[in-house]
Amino acid sequence: MKTSSTLATNTAIFQRRIPAGDYWIHAIKRGQRLRIVDVEGNQAADTLFYNAADPFDRYSAVDTIREQRNVYLTTGSKLLSTSGRVLAEIVADTVGRHDTLGGACATESNTVRYDLEKRTMHACRDSYVLALQENEQWGIGKRDLAHNINFFMNVPVTPDGGLMFADGVSGPGQYVELEAAIDIIVLISNCPQLNNPCNAYNPTPLDVLIWDADVR
Amino acid sequence: MTDQRLSLHYETVLEGGKHWSLNIRAGTLLRLTDLDGGANVGMLFYNPLNTLERYNAPDTLKCQHTFKLTRGHCLYSDMGRIFCSVVEDTHGWHDTVCGNLTKRAVAQRWGEKSYQEYRNDWTQNGHDAFLVEGGKYGLGRRDLAANLNWFSKVAAADDGALHFDASFAKAGAQVGLRFEMDTLVLLHTCPHPLDTAKEYPRKPVKISLSEAAPVAADDFCKNSRPENGRGFANTELYRLCGCPDPARATHPGSAS
Repeated sequence: MKTSSTLATNTAIFQRRIPAGDYWIHAIKRGQRLRIVDVEGNQAADTLFYNAADPFDRYSAVDTIREQRNVYLTTGSKLLSTSGRVLAEIVADTVGRHDTLGGACATESNTVRYDLEKRTMHACRDSYVLALQENEQWGIGKRDLAHNINFFMNVPVTPDGGLMFADGVSGPGQYVELEAAIDIIVLISNCPQLNNPCNAYNPTPLDVLIWDADVR
Repeated sequence: MTDQRLSLHYETVLEGGKHWSLNIRAGTLLRLTDLDGGANVGMLFYNPLNTLERYNAPDTLKCQHTFKLTRGHCLYSDMGRIFCSVVEDTHGWHDTVCGNLTKRAVAQRWGEKSYQEYRNDWTQNGHDAFLVEGGKYGLGRRDLAANLNWFSKVAAADDGALHFDASFAKAGAQVGLRFEMDTLVLLHTCPHPLDTAKEYPRKPVKISLSEAAPVAADDFCKNSRPENGRGFANTELYRLCGCPDPARATHPGSAS
């Protein structure tokens, strides 16, 4: 369901632009809100969440979609961990539908999807691995890279069991906003994919903003 | 020197609500039979030489543009390789997005039956089953991934709502998996997490292991999509040059 936020950007305590091909890892406190903005439209924000107090307990796509009995994420979706804990809830969504079935691109899956000789093209999984190598304080690594959310991606499932990568339903300035239910770590790869028509073969920046709980 | 694998033929029945694990070599055919109809088999794959390489449901679905799994599909690792191919399927629709029952879900839906009181009829759950079997190989909650749920059809409506279709179950339904690389297999026969049966379902599954026919040039799975041809090429490269046992690379069953 499409909903918008009442939070004004000038009250945010943090604002950052993430260029395509970069990662962003950040601790979000319980009650804080995180907004991810699709600056130019139809850019994939490949996103993972971890329980900050216990980073081995991380976002679980299968537990999330099973418990809400729906494959798409939107306003009201509670993002669950492997242990069934609510990590965050989507509290505003101007797009109306986000994917959590398609996973992140990887150099290895690119060889299968596109061409064996595309193995050296930059991919989200490489950004994720580097992020965890450069942020050892959380004690997690490749082992903890599970199936992610693709905010702003439209991956429709058909009633007869097909899966399509359809044109995006997002657009310039569209956003999704989450409220942390507990202290969490968020890890975003701004997708560098150059082979996917969904972003018109043109990866673009994302903005992230954080608000404290007490501004509301 | 005789090859013992050529005589591989093993058959067993796993009762419902149980778990097991085994290493399966490339070239082996694993056949599952839903004896009574309504069984569910949860399954996960790992590379025994590097358990960071795991079954990856998102890659499996997006490489083949499918939500359901059936004959012709290949089951991919996160490294662009194929653990196994679905070479036979008389069921037609298998789930890989719903995960597992948990202890809490079993208690809420059917009431928990303790081991103390019910012995072998206790109500086990898929989540704990994977933790137990994985733990035997040094795997834990960090290694859990979206698992397969063989014999369970879950469809998504246009609005994304998930529906478990109990009417799709068929007694005698079979699925055959041909392993393309050496694989650690974790499996359980606990109910599907969206099964709404009145009683905790206990459906037996026959498991058989035998030698698979070599992969022919016109193999259905290898040729079902251009992506799978590339997945086979990646897997072959790994088998030929990434394997620690040189004898294995020249094994007849590994030729493709």
